[in-house]
Amino acid sequence: MLLLECPYCGPRAEIEFRYGGESHIRRPGPHAEVSDAQWADYLYNRKNLKGEHRERWLHAAGCRRWFNVARNTVTHQVLAVYKMTEPCPLPDDTGAPVGDPSMTPGTAMGGAA
Amino acid sequence: MTRRYSALSLLREGVNGQRGWEPAWRNPQAKARYDAIVIGGGGHGLATAYYLAKNHGLTNVALVERGWIGGGNTGRNTTVIRSNYFFPASAAFYDFSVKLYEGLSKELNYNIMFSQRGMWTLAHDRHGLEMARRSANAMLLNGIDAEFHDEPSVRARIPGLNPDPRFPILGGINQPRGGTARHDAVAWGYARAASALGVDIIQNCEVLDFIIEGGRVRGVETSLGAMRSDRVGMAVAGHSSVIAAKAGLRLPVSSYALQAFVSEPVKPCLDTVILSPATGTYLSQSDKGELVIGAGLDLYLSYAQRGSLPWMERAAAGVVELFPRFSRLRFLRQWAGIVDVVHDSTPILGPTAVDGLFINCGWGTGGFKAVPAGGWCLAHLMATGESHPLARAFGIERFETGALIDEASASGIAH
Repeated sequence: MLLLECPYCGPRAEIEFRYGGESHIRRPGPHAEVSDAQWADYLYNRKNLKGEHRERWLHAAGCRRWFNVARNTVTHQVLAVYKMTEPCPLPDDTGAPVGDPSMTPGTAMGGAA
Repeated sequence: MTRRYSALSLLREGVNGQRGWEPAWRNPQAKARYDAIVIGGGGHGLATAYYLAKNHGLTNVALVERGWIGGGNTGRNTTVIRSNYFFPASAAFYDFSVKLYEGLSKELNYNIMFSQRGMWTLAHDRHGLEMARRSANAMLLNGIDAEFHDEPSVRARIPGLNPDPRFPILGGINQPRGGTARHDAVAWGYARAASALGVDIIQNCEVLDFIIEGGRVRGVETSLGAMRSDRVGMAVAGHSSVIAAKAGLRLPVSSYALQAFVSEPVKPCLDTVILSPATGTYLSQSDKGELVIGAGLDLYLSYAQRGSLPWMERAAAGVVELFPRFSRLRFLRQWAGIVDVVHDSTPILGPTAVDGLFINCGWGTGGFKAVPAGGWCLAHLMATGESHPLARAFGIERFETGALIDEASASGIAH
């Protein structure tokens, strides 16, 4: 069972939240130049990582706001919680911070699974 | 040495002190080259290896398994077999699987204990009732046995249902040919039969990488060294994305934990399989007397083979809602398997962007019932290079063309 720390409400039980899939997926564009393969990749393909995974959660039974969680999918350990507009505080494999701070919550939610 | 199982061989070995039994499958050394390699020693992989040898005469086949055969979802499911699907492509495929199951004990000379005790899906509201009618009609049109029952008829067939439930039981559909089987026996039966035909079943052998030359698969690097083959099939369920990524492929798969549990064993009291979508649970009784109870998916990505408590509680509440008399039963064991869920709840069975690499995944919460047909069709694909007619609609290209087969409702438990 997960204990997630909503950045707005504090630590709450798993049942208050809804999982929203992989974070930091960018909608390809401009639209007229997007191939079927690119669109399918954007809509359906996921990293589905075993290990450290960056994902979106909604505090559905609370403040109803979205936020990001970096979580280990094997141990379920929560590694970081950060807001939709913030880059991930953890480095990725290349050492660079993940996520684009210019992404608005609206575009970040575009690919809800 | 005694190889064939029969009443006579049982008697002979009984008199003989059980000393003559041959191990059910060989434990061979991995060879450097094979005609085909199957990754994954679950039901689908083992069935694939068996049908490669049996249907296509390919006996120089390796099956590599990281752990032990049948130790993943094949040994973790709730053993339900059914073909109550909605769309023609799914119905034809899953019913072929049920038909193969019907003859499997004899075919494999291994008792898989397939008990066709019926599979009920209950309707708890008017809309559920309408869907049940529609579903039964669709099944009948697809040539699958289906019976619609109103409330008195459901209650007559399933004794012990809650007389005054929070979610009224208005009716249900039954597939009489549905039922349960011994899941371990399916894995062991296929393994034994495949091994007897010459397939090398190599356990404790992890695939580390693919050998790909010029866009074509040439084998796999494993923890026991390289094995070369121009044909590789993968049937690794929840780990599909992890293995596919080694070949540079991205899949439309999400891995979730699906949990189940059994109660302490009690005397026979439930002679069928019941799915109640509204209460989020399904249950049957095993031959040992345990109630086998399945919960919904823990709806966040997970590779941990354990379920979370809220979903367990929900499933338990659903069981007690349906059958108040089970409220005093204690749980004996709880576990989870990692299932490979795709957006349309239809499997992915076909070639990949890497020549010679074939994939069998996307079974989500219902892979066990599809084991014989999934193996049959993957073997056909690996041996001939062509998709089997029954699996032609299940190619991964459907996510690009948009020809999805949305079986979300027929896939059983909600996800």
